[in-house]
Amino acid sequence: MLEIKDLHVFYGAIHALKGISLTVADGELVSLIGANGAGKTTTLHAISGLLPAASGSILLDGTDLQKVPANTIIGLGMAHVPEGRHVFARMTVEENLRMGAYILRDQKRISENLERVYGHFPRLKERRRQLAGTLSGGEQQMLSTGRALMTDPKIVLMDEPSMGLSPLLVKEIFSIIQELHKSGITILLVEQNAKMALAVSDRAYVLETGTISMEGPAAELAADDRVRKAYLGA
Amino acid sequence: MITFIQFLITGLRLGSVYALIALGYTMVYGIIKLINFAHGDFIMVGGYTLFFTIPLLMGMGLPGWLAVIPAIVICACVGVLVELLAYRPVRRTGNSLTCLITAIAMSFVLENLAQAIPAIGPDPRVPYTLFADTISVGGVSISHATIITIAVSAVIMVALYLFTQKARIGCAMRCVSEDKSASTLMGINVNHTILITFAIGAGLAAVAALMYVSQYPRVYTTMGATLGIYAFVAAVLGGIGSLPGAMLGGLLIGIVQSGANTYISSSMSDTFVYLILIVVLMLRPAGILGKNVGEKV
Repeated sequence: MLEIKDLHVFYGAIHALKGISLTVADGELVSLIGANGAGKTTTLHAISGLLPAASGSILLDGTDLQKVPANTIIGLGMAHVPEGRHVFARMTVEENLRMGAYILRDQKRISENLERVYGHFPRLKERRRQLAGTLSGGEQQMLSTGRALMTDPKIVLMDEPSMGLSPLLVKEIFSIIQELHKSGITILLVEQNAKMALAVSDRAYVLETGTISMEGPAAELAADDRVRKAYLGA
Repeated sequence: MITFIQFLITGLRLGSVYALIALGYTMVYGIIKLINFAHGDFIMVGGYTLFFTIPLLMGMGLPGWLAVIPAIVICACVGVLVELLAYRPVRRTGNSLTCLITAIAMSFVLENLAQAIPAIGPDPRVPYTLFADTISVGGVSISHATIITIAVSAVIMVALYLFTQKARIGCAMRCVSEDKSASTLMGINVNHTILITFAIGAGLAAVAALMYVSQYPRVYTTMGATLGIYAFVAAVLGGIGSLPGAMLGGLLIGIVQSGANTYISSSMSDTFVYLILIVVLMLRPAGILGKNVGEKV
């Protein structure tokens, strides 16, 4: 479904991605793990068109994402839950969710999707008239995730969904990710919490200062000594 | 008592005009964090458009106030051109200071251009006076222009507020003002949304121009500078970035000016305007309705 080949991205003068290649197949949950500054978020920003790529290709079902304006990518069936939630703080929870369906015109479909998202996140329904900026970190993460589901996407990019959350909430967020995965949504997950990420993923890539150093089935990587030493604290 | 009512009505009329202009400052600031110093000059563009089109329309047997339509169109075009030709390219490469200087430059460009074009400047023009009739209510005489100014401004302000709260594009404007990259992820075309904001802001300046010249029938190339400053102060007073703030700030400044003119001395009115600004900003640095919504992470 998603196919990245030899992607180079410069962040100012820094050569942030030095030719990475990765694929995510239909229905897969793939995670991208690595240390702070390895280029994980940069990879997702390049895929979503928020950052220009210097060279390489990013294909979503055969469409070259670099050739389409960034704001049309969601229309191709790909949604992005950004690092740090990026909810619209001065809008209510429900307004945020409705903005997730900005590209849809069919009011009936928007209402259906809204109910489906509320089904995944009952807490958001309870707080739907509250301003998003007043939600807790975990609730904002749910909102940001729910907002990305409002168009019924085929693939979701998730950037550090567990960042800054309590261990209990991290568990809750990961169980939601598994739930989404089971419902057939393809997911590319970026995480610093490698242990949790590898536990839920089908496959994984390890990113080290702009290059992919290892890849394989998540279970194999979780058992690998180098990965255990560097990322799992074993 | 009659003096008091007269002062209040004059204040509301003046304040309504400031509020319409302040909305333009605050909308553009809200969306790209830029004080658009050229915004005041959009009023001048509107004023001259009215000067030329009112006689044209009346010659065709149409009511003169319809000239507000070409004025809105021309102002919106000028607003969009200023954003496209000046602000957007500078925003892409420069920082907020270069953008601010560009805004000041655009203000001078518009004023000097108006002076240089023989059909427009440099001498002041006197447009046809619309809504000049007055009615008398309980000894207070009120011009039609006053009633129309207050009523139209009120309607526009409510409509604009509802537009930003309910309409699809209005909501997109609020999103872009909060978070441009998240807006892009939602599928919002950020640059189009900014252009629409400029068009609406400049269009409001055209309406303000009609209101203003029907009270003070004189159009000149620097007319936007003074009006613009008062409206800018109004926007800051109310809390820049906030639509209700701009409306409140505008009305407040109008009433303060009118009060100072009526009860103290017309030469003191500016002193009071700035005094109030300083006091309010000392007590509430973000302005009366400035946004202080905390963001929990």
